[in-house]
Amino acid sequence: MLKVKSVRAGYGAIRALKGVSFHVNEGEIVTLIGANGAGKSTLLNTISGLVRSTAGEILLRDKPIHKMTPAQIVRQGISQSPEGRQVFASLSVRDNLILGAYPRMRSSTRAEIAQDLEHVEQLFPILKERDRQSAGTLSGGEQQMLAIGRSLMAKPRILLLDEPTMGLAPIITAEILKTVRRLRDEEGVTIVLIEQNARAALSIADRGYVLETGRVSLEGKVEELLENSEVKRAYLGKGYKEVWE
Amino acid sequence: MPIFDKDAELMKRGEIRQLQLERLQAIVFRCHKSVSFYRKKFENAALTPDDIQSLDDISRLPFTTKADLRDSYPYGMFAVPLREIVRIHSSSGATGLPTVVGYTRNDLKNWSVLCARIMFAAGVTADDVVQIAFDYGIFTGAFGIHQGAERIGASVIPTSVGNTDRQIKIIQDYKTTALACTPAYALGLAEKMAESGVDPNTTSLKIGLFGGEPWSESTRAKIEDKLFIRAMDNYGISEVLGPGVAGECEARSGLHINEDHFYAEIINPDTLEKLPDGVEGELVLTTLTKEGFPLIRYRTGDITKLNTEKCSCGRELARMSRVFCRADDTIIVRGINIYPARVESLIKTPEGILPEYQIIVENVDSQDQVQLLIEVTEELFLDEMRRLREYHLNLEKTLKASLGLAIKAKLVEPKAIPREGGSIKRIVDRRSNNSC
Repeated sequence: MLKVKSVRAGYGAIRALKGVSFHVNEGEIVTLIGANGAGKSTLLNTISGLVRSTAGEILLRDKPIHKMTPAQIVRQGISQSPEGRQVFASLSVRDNLILGAYPRMRSSTRAEIAQDLEHVEQLFPILKERDRQSAGTLSGGEQQMLAIGRSLMAKPRILLLDEPTMGLAPIITAEILKTVRRLRDEEGVTIVLIEQNARAALSIADRGYVLETGRVSLEGKVEELLENSEVKRAYLGKGYKEVWE
Repeated sequence: MPIFDKDAELMKRGEIRQLQLERLQAIVFRCHKSVSFYRKKFENAALTPDDIQSLDDISRLPFTTKADLRDSYPYGMFAVPLREIVRIHSSSGATGLPTVVGYTRNDLKNWSVLCARIMFAAGVTADDVVQIAFDYGIFTGAFGIHQGAERIGASVIPTSVGNTDRQIKIIQDYKTTALACTPAYALGLAEKMAESGVDPNTTSLKIGLFGGEPWSESTRAKIEDKLFIRAMDNYGISEVLGPGVAGECEARSGLHINEDHFYAEIINPDTLEKLPDGVEGELVLTTLTKEGFPLIRYRTGDITKLNTEKCSCGRELARMSRVFCRADDTIIVRGINIYPARVESLIKTPEGILPEYQIIVENVDSQDQVQLLIEVTEELFLDEMRRLREYHLNLEKTLKASLGLAIKAKLVEPKAIPREGGSIKRIVDRRSNNSC
């Protein structure tokens, strides 16, 4: 569904992606794992058009999207829920959600958007309960639900989630990830997930990529990644030393 | 058409190429990071992993040869610490130092699946009783097929090679339905059955999975005719994986390469330039998923050609044509590689004199036999009959011990070996299947 071919991107002189290739099939949950600075967020930002690629191609159903603006990319069905949630604290929960439908305001009717709003509130009952409250009063976990709900308002086929559980308690983390899984299982949304907790990410994903210094060092089904010694050592916290007999 | 792993085996060409690009970039990166051999090779070629931006860029990478593997004996090219290796296989070492290959847990799992794919494509199911008459030694053949059969859920009988009478009894009594061995051994079994009055038509055998040595369509016809089975070809190479690299589907119009795990190229073995699809040349393989012993652009020495058109079975995985010959002067007899250079080192007298020689391979009564002609010159042996006899006796013994194959050595008169344009052809292969 989405194919990234040898994409390079960076910030000024810093090359954050040094030729990354990656793909997601329809209905898959794919996770990106890697240390800080490995290029995970840059990769998501490059897909959503927030960071311009300097080389390579990004194809959505074989159609190039890497020259499009972020708004055009959202209209193609790719929606990103940014790192750190970024909800508008002073706006109400409902207004935050409606903001998510902004890129499709011109093409959708008021009734359609109202319908989607209802659907998202159904998925996240907590948002319905608090829909008149200002977003700033929500707990971290609730804000994250709001951020995901807001991305869903764009009716994406592919949802890019950048560390949705950052700074959340383990029990909330589990709940968020369960929701992510449900979005795929019940809503059929294809998901690309960055997660600081590699074990948690691998527990809900189908496949994963390990990023290292702006390159992919490993790709595989989650069962394979969980069995890989490098992944175990570096990302799953099995603290053993490398021993060359 | 039976397909074991539909997600992988029914990928479209575009999907295959995307996955290959991703995995190629990852394996090049990992090799560069963890294997000093590759890091040095890349440095010498002034390359970094970042230079691989497309599948075509692979042609910028240096080749890896059997000699490189020997130079790294035993563990020099492993990409993980030995503690991650759960299995070690190696070649017989018939030609010098053996090549040693290590597998991680993931490698073994993948290997099982890949063997299951080719066996399932050949018609093996959970209902089959698979008799494995490959050598269960340090080689890869028996174990690969064994794991694949278990993965499918078939019943495995690990008989290993030899003891033909017992093999036949097991085929009859245990109701073997699929036989895995070298084609030469299958023919041997058929002969023996005929001798002992066993009618192959009364056994339950229906599928033959043959590999380990080149075999022709006429051998295939002979095996099918004598054993009343469908004989299927599969391709493997121990340095790269063992069996499981490629195998025939029901259409039998080439062997589907498991391209999600291997990237195949065809090169001209002399000029090393890349050849297009449909042109015959040397097969070069890059492993895309192996953790323990990844190989980049390994020159297999096998001559084949590629076809990337969609097959009637539905697979778009590229097909390689059946391998009938080698790029170098290696010959394969009963699954054992014989290199003239190695034979030469064994022929040399204790004084270091090398007589003129010729290796002749023939198929006698469906068995491949190797004969070695050696010219006796006065300069070499004068007239010391005792020394000559000693040399002759020792030679046959050393050949058997070093090559693992009985070779008949024959001492002939000077100039008895025919010269073509003044030089002797070192290997004469008279088997019908090896007309390259």
